[in-house]
Amino acid sequence: MIYQGKQKIWADYQKEIPDNHWFYVRSCIRQNFFPGSEKMFLEICRNVLKKDFFETEYHTTCGGIAYHCDTIPQETVMTIVARQFALMTEAGYENYVASCITSFGNYAEIIETWREFPEVETRIRELLWKACRREFKIPKNLAHASDLIYKYRNEIAARAKYRLVNRYTGEPLKVVEHIGCHYAKMFPSKGVGGAEYPYVLCGMIESWGGNVIDYPERRHCCGYGFRQYHVKANRGYSLSNTYKKFESMEPYHPDFILTNCPGCPYFMDRWQYVIAETEGKTYGGNGYGIPVLTYEELASLVLGYDPWDIGMQLHQVAVEPLLDKIGIAYDPKEKYKGLNEKDLMRPELPGVLRCC
Amino acid sequence: MKENIVIIGGGIAGLEAAAQLLSLGYKPIIIEKSDHLGGHVAEWNCLFPDMTPARDIVSSLAARSADANIFLNTEISFVNKLKDSYNIMLSNGISIITKIILVTTGFSVFDAAKKEEYGYGVYDQVITNRDLEHWFNTGEDKRVNDCGMNAVGFVHCVGSRDEKARNPQCSKVCCITAVKQAIELKQKFPDAMVYCFYMDLRMFGKKYEDFYISAQRDYGVRFIRGRVSEVSENIDGRVIVKAEDTLSGKPVKVTLDLLVLMAGMVCSPDSTRVANMARLPVDSDGFLKSEDNVADIISSPKEGVFYAGACTGPKTVPETLAEARAAALKVHLYIKGLE
Repeated sequence: MIYQGKQKIWADYQKEIPDNHWFYVRSCIRQNFFPGSEKMFLEICRNVLKKDFFETEYHTTCGGIAYHCDTIPQETVMTIVARQFALMTEAGYENYVASCITSFGNYAEIIETWREFPEVETRIRELLWKACRREFKIPKNLAHASDLIYKYRNEIAARAKYRLVNRYTGEPLKVVEHIGCHYAKMFPSKGVGGAEYPYVLCGMIESWGGNVIDYPERRHCCGYGFRQYHVKANRGYSLSNTYKKFESMEPYHPDFILTNCPGCPYFMDRWQYVIAETEGKTYGGNGYGIPVLTYEELASLVLGYDPWDIGMQLHQVAVEPLLDKIGIAYDPKEKYKGLNEKDLMRPELPGVLRCC
Repeated sequence: MKENIVIIGGGIAGLEAAAQLLSLGYKPIIIEKSDHLGGHVAEWNCLFPDMTPARDIVSSLAARSADANIFLNTEISFVNKLKDSYNIMLSNGISIITKIILVTTGFSVFDAAKKEEYGYGVYDQVITNRDLEHWFNTGEDKRVNDCGMNAVGFVHCVGSRDEKARNPQCSKVCCITAVKQAIELKQKFPDAMVYCFYMDLRMFGKKYEDFYISAQRDYGVRFIRGRVSEVSENIDGRVIVKAEDTLSGKPVKVTLDLLVLMAGMVCSPDSTRVANMARLPVDSDGFLKSEDNVADIISSPKEGVFYAGACTGPKTVPETLAEARAAALKVHLYIKGLE
């Protein structure tokens, strides 16, 4: 591996990311998967870094899942997105940041389509006006939320309580980064680092003290793929994709996986349980799995937030071995306590995959 | 004869044209920016289909054109159009007034790093056709493991016939060069598996088809019709290539000790510079635009400016040499017309 070769490509794919004043839209599914992530994104941006991030309860889905499942036409998706942009315009913002990778890809595709075909944009403006009497400006800057954490990575590093270093060996943690397919594969110039060797997560890992692992199936889909998972008959295909990735990364013994997509962490986390049950195989040390984190969770951990306050107990794969390696303090007894000490009850332990 | 003839480029087209003009009694001037003559061919080991040593071709051309005025390490600073001639200022401070310019600036090899998915410059075991020729010539390249060469792959059409790379043209020589290099590697490493990933095989030249058949029949080179989708590196540093075999309709994945990218021909930046200075038109493929692509490819639309070789598009060595001879004759007739 020639690291300088990657650096050259990274230098070619740097996008402009304004430092402040963003209109934030959430994902449809992330709050069900790892509910701490979006909360912590706003917590870090607003309260730790003192940036202006606005969100409104009136925003909706971007329509991306239905679009990629071929259940709604592109005009419908465009009109939904036009309404989102109208909300941004009404709130007085020009920078638009999406929590979801598919939304980000969706917005990038639509803006590019309108640039190529202005008559389509005119038509969508008419449709939006007829539907809800709204008008919009196209965002001056479009970013994925991971672009922002990448942008702030050094500020976070400066405030970090923990580094991505194995406290037992003193070695940097070995980290697999997994980028959502819709981040840059459609428009390489829209992603930090491009499509082939994205830098957005690598930059965070390096800034926070870890080492990035490049493995043969790095570019491969996590296995979610809407028409793989959402069509029940195709779920075996979804699982086999995930299995392929884990088999490929296994020889590198990664300490954890970092992701920037709603579906990727969920499927790479949960399918480890299924692989363990069906194949009897686990990929972490001592029968554990490999923890799969979102970038917001990782940023929160290095900043010193309590793992249970940021929702780490929602992971199928036990995160405690990773917390121990980094030296992050946690109280096992607090793991399944909710607000006001409410007992969340302990989940049933799997038969093969070791959990805490 | 006193008429100045300036040949821009000391590759094989420039040398052959100079040799012909010398034999016609002229004293041409060759301007070459590098420190040696022969252009890309001087960097090659041997040439298809008869494995002719490239150095023999270049040294023969250099000997035949030795009486020309040759400026090495010299670039064109600017070209001014005068009333009925051109003033060419060289980087060494010499100014030449001429009525005839023969552009033989050739081509550039496509920068394979632009095809990021193939990993040139990122993965250690990915090289180009030019790198492999350098290794054939010198034996020096750490990426080529003399002892452990079990599997090698060639990717055809790297930067050729590729809209994404903005090079729609076929580079003409890559198919047969890959066959040649595959055979050469099989000769050096008989037990190695050698794969060629291609989308078309354009075996148009004399003996090309025989060469291709021989590669399969006599050397066991495996030709897979399908483009490579991505290249990655495994834990022991070997490269993993994913492609689609479009004949069997299945994806294929192979692990290789070496991957050779057949980087194609693109217009040389030197041609573009000369075109800008002399106000020569550029064709839609980026190469210099001829007066007529069928009937008169060696004439430019500008009075007294002629072309030879790959500055107007990808060409083989025999085509380039034939064009250089034709250009020399054209220049000769043009001068006769001036008289």
